[in-house]
Amino acid sequence: MSTATTSLRSRHLLGISELDPGEIDLVMQTSHAMKEVALRPIKKVPTLRGRTVINLFFEPSTRTRMSFELAEKRLSADTLGMTTSGSSVVKGETLWDTARTLEAMSPDMIVMRHAASGAAHHLAKITRGSIINAGDGMHEHPTQALLDAFTITERKGRLAGLTVAIVGDLVHSRVFRSNALLLTRMGATVRACGPATLMPPGLDRLGVQVTTSLDEAVEGADVVMMLRVQYERMQGLYLPSVREYFSLFGLTPARLERAAPDVIVMHPGPMNRGVEIDSEVADGPWSVILDQVANGVAVRMAALYLLAGGDGEEARA
Amino acid sequence: MAIVMDANRVSRSITRIAHEIIERNHGAGNLALIGILARGVPIATRLAGELKALSNEDVPVGALDITLYRDDLRGHGAGSQPVIRRTDVPFSIDDRVILLVDDVLFTGRTIRAAFDALIDFGRPRAIQLVALVDRGHRELPIRADYVGRNIPTARTQSVQVRLAEIDGRDEVEVSE
Repeated sequence: MSTATTSLRSRHLLGISELDPGEIDLVMQTSHAMKEVALRPIKKVPTLRGRTVINLFFEPSTRTRMSFELAEKRLSADTLGMTTSGSSVVKGETLWDTARTLEAMSPDMIVMRHAASGAAHHLAKITRGSIINAGDGMHEHPTQALLDAFTITERKGRLAGLTVAIVGDLVHSRVFRSNALLLTRMGATVRACGPATLMPPGLDRLGVQVTTSLDEAVEGADVVMMLRVQYERMQGLYLPSVREYFSLFGLTPARLERAAPDVIVMHPGPMNRGVEIDSEVADGPWSVILDQVANGVAVRMAALYLLAGGDGEEARA
Repeated sequence: MAIVMDANRVSRSITRIAHEIIERNHGAGNLALIGILARGVPIATRLAGELKALSNEDVPVGALDITLYRDDLRGHGAGSQPVIRRTDVPFSIDDRVILLVDDVLFTGRTIRAAFDALIDFGRPRAIQLVALVDRGHRELPIRADYVGRNIPTARTQSVQVRLAEIDGRDEVEVSE
């Protein structure tokens, strides 16, 4: 209790690369407490009453946006959302001008997803409020990695010493990058697996093991995390065919037999069934995919709470 | 630096409070104990043991974290947020008499927050307040129904309750 981290150093959550292990533990512990709110008859607490949170989604998103909105509402924040369609962004407004305009409305926090890597960092430089990165291009998606880590910890009781295989479209995946950073930082072994065309250069610098064989990646793994094949980011010939991808990298029950007996299977969603994951796996006993969704709300509540700051007078004796 | 209650005194206070609870509620049926985290919980658990010994009734015990209901979570930026612990109330509080248990009763703001939290869990028949120490300086019209010991303090002093379950020993200390 005495040496544990009790606050985040930054008022923004831009990436896992900026969090130390103590801060990650604090988010895990706070998420565990927040998860209880969802079990109550009234799933709402007054913690962020009077705070304004703007959800700024420049890229399509269902689960992340809804998850943030639900987290904000459960903490009683006032929320407003903006998606690119139906906003002045389609009229050609730049991120800079949009940000300046929103800044003039003095929000306490802005949750942003943007197709450009570094967009959240850029926004953090020009706003007074806290910025939460909800995904920036191919860079980071910190709340996804935190909710994945929380889900793993819930099932396995720890992160350190686990072997986690992350499989699929590594080059386009901010989920992979954030997860690899977090898991290696917390002492897990990460195996990165995918076709050579979907592997970014310099993977070894992330401290992960690299393989192009799914069987090798899954062998003895405690966790298998499948990534979505991101057709929308592929301008070029990355894959010969969906069928070939599935036969080489699709996760099936037979493939999973090599993993640890109590292996869990994760997917950040949305899934391409029959491309990276077999339906039998997605809906099978190994799958914690819906746990990930439920935990997403708790982890985002934790992030919002911890960033909301405030060092008021201690009310307790 | 004065120890105002030692282990014996803490233990006798808890036993006496258990007797008072039974007397006032004509037994221990339909009661539930909810301790405010952290140190209200071990006190609530000990009270449950005493109530069981006195009345042979099993009184359920819950743990309540009131942080999310605090009235001082304002401000921005540099400050750090209080650490939240997990609330665990594994029974319905509807129509029960809830004994809300805390270690120190001071300004009353924690108790105010606890009321808000409890009301979100249901509609208790009544809430009664147990405090091991009442140190005065109330800022809200709140009083305890059961008090282990009234300890007059200066506002600037601090009162530290230590309990074996958390701190390795039972004692109450007042320090400057």
